[in-house]
Amino acid sequence: MYVAVKGGERAIAASHAVLAETRRGDPAVPELGVDQIEQQLGHAVDRVMAEGALYDRTLAALAIKQAQGDLQEAAFLLRAYRTTLPRFCASVPIDTARMTIARRISATYKDLPGGQILGPTYDYTHRLLDAALLEAGEVPPAPRAPEPADAAMPRVTALLDQEGLIRRETGDRDAEPPDLTRAPLTFPAPRALRLQNLARGDEGFVLAMGYSTQRGYGGTHPFAGEIRYGTVAVEIAPEELGFAIEIGDIAVTECQMINQFAGSRTEPPQFTRGYGLAFGHSERKAMGMALVDRALMSRELGEDVTAPAQDEEFVLSHSDNVEASGFVQHLKLPHYVDFQSELELIRRLRQEAEARLAEPSREAAE
Amino acid sequence: MSLPAYSFAYLDEQTKRMIRRALLKAVAIPGYQVPFASREMPLAYGWGTGGMQVTAAVIGPDDVLKVIDQGADDTTNAVSIRRFFALTAGVRTTERTAEATIIQTRHRIPETPLAAGQILVYQVPQPEPLRKLEPRETETRRMHALAEYGLMHVKLYEDIARHGRITLSYDYPVLVNGRHVMAPSPIPSFDNPKMHRSPALQLFGAGREKRIYAVPPYTDVVSLAFEDHPFRPWKAEAACGLCGATETYLDEVVVDDRGGRLFVCSDTDYCAERRKAGHRGAAAGHALAAGEGG
Repeated sequence: MYVAVKGGERAIAASHAVLAETRRGDPAVPELGVDQIEQQLGHAVDRVMAEGALYDRTLAALAIKQAQGDLQEAAFLLRAYRTTLPRFCASVPIDTARMTIARRISATYKDLPGGQILGPTYDYTHRLLDAALLEAGEVPPAPRAPEPADAAMPRVTALLDQEGLIRRETGDRDAEPPDLTRAPLTFPAPRALRLQNLARGDEGFVLAMGYSTQRGYGGTHPFAGEIRYGTVAVEIAPEELGFAIEIGDIAVTECQMINQFAGSRTEPPQFTRGYGLAFGHSERKAMGMALVDRALMSRELGEDVTAPAQDEEFVLSHSDNVEASGFVQHLKLPHYVDFQSELELIRRLRQEAEARLAEPSREAAE
Repeated sequence: MSLPAYSFAYLDEQTKRMIRRALLKAVAIPGYQVPFASREMPLAYGWGTGGMQVTAAVIGPDDVLKVIDQGADDTTNAVSIRRFFALTAGVRTTERTAEATIIQTRHRIPETPLAAGQILVYQVPQPEPLRKLEPRETETRRMHALAEYGLMHVKLYEDIARHGRITLSYDYPVLVNGRHVMAPSPIPSFDNPKMHRSPALQLFGAGREKRIYAVPPYTDVVSLAFEDHPFRPWKAEAACGLCGATETYLDEVVVDDRGGRLFVCSDTDYCAERRKAGHRGAAAGHALAAGEGG
């Protein structure tokens, strides 16, 4: 087999070698284990799984190690692997009402069935650097509630639904869901597709878009109806079996925002729901997503579409950081052929402009 | 844990079939952008993922692949893509335009005229020629459906009104088969005429934007212009310093900090072949000649 080998190829190989060396860092420092990343950098693993659109903690941790902690690069590594996997079937919708709760809070009720469960959160930590973490040390065991949390943990939106105060979600539960990874995004996008896009979307982008609605660019008067984090069973229903079987548990964060809706000609005033779901423990992402989801419902609700967060072509076309990162950074590739044609163009335009400027003075002189 | 082996040319067979279907539709409707379920590739979006998916879908074990970027075989990204297919498909690669059955390119069309049976695969960053004028996909799709290209003609007219000439120098829009306005990808407008009635099959892949389009052999490809302002491609008014060619597209190389410039063929294979045939330019023997093409 003949393969053309040139200077470029040697340079690339050398670059890979120096990259591997840089990744390892000082060999005197023990090498980081993938299990350590998985266990001790859990939020990084969660984010990479969400944006990499693949629930696999070990592979996400591997990607983080390989990318030297660059989480967008790690998400890209995971995506490029994910795309080679066969797709067997769609799962039965996960039931977050049956979640094994690690944390559950509502900002709309002081207390509610199932109670408020704080769980692990940075919310009430004082953001003071903890010098104790500079050294390795034992962590005292956390106190546990004497009784397990209620198995029945009704969702806040279900409580509102009993009164008919929240807009009913429509849609066919049994229909095969659209799949963003198997069909290109087209507009207008149905809500299921929008949510898929946001779930994979860059956390920073989704957060900023959600934030913009709070600052008046398409405001929706949101209340954090409920945020819950825990594990849920994933079930599939193979055709040949005729019933659902559990294939495993995944950890997810769910956010249900309750938003105002003034009503329209066909619908009475009521609350609406903005929905966010993210792999692992990612409240910032789930909440931003819920705000953006609600903003993107504007068109269907007959509200004015004026703000960026309400514009689905704008939001959905720019949320993916694998696409964005690639295209922004492709500017590093050589562009000298096009630049050359622009150089020629600018030179010509300047010559012509100078010639035009020179003409009237000649006329004046005559 | 071990990771599984990849398919021939990386993509799984289902994906290749999906891409081939899109390609067939694209060939059937020249210049029409066919949406396809573009995959993540092990290369970043914007770095040739569309072209790679098209190449992976059409390449066979007997093909001979050439990959160029900026007209050169030895630019790093061209090297990287060529290596990718040498590894994943085990195909023979070449730098000779005439020897290749598939040529994947970014930003150039080879100077050596293409022959029937050859496939030219373009890497496309932005498949929508109207995008700079209208950011919304819903709008531009409608405009294509109705062949409503007034916006583009107004843009070209405004260029002439303002600057006395059309100020597009690359990615210069073309009308394909008398029906669809198409982005030729960011090739210099100098290359546009090579697309017209080319005996080769021209395929375009835009991975990030998830579009495929095509120009079948011997199809009309006309650069947009006006009767009184005909299409005028241009290049540097110089001859190649290495091979003396005057008919090729030239790169401008800055050789010192006193305004010194050397113009050389952007197509490294074409230049090397000419030198082999005994042609000499004014700067023949320059160090540049050693680093490229031969």
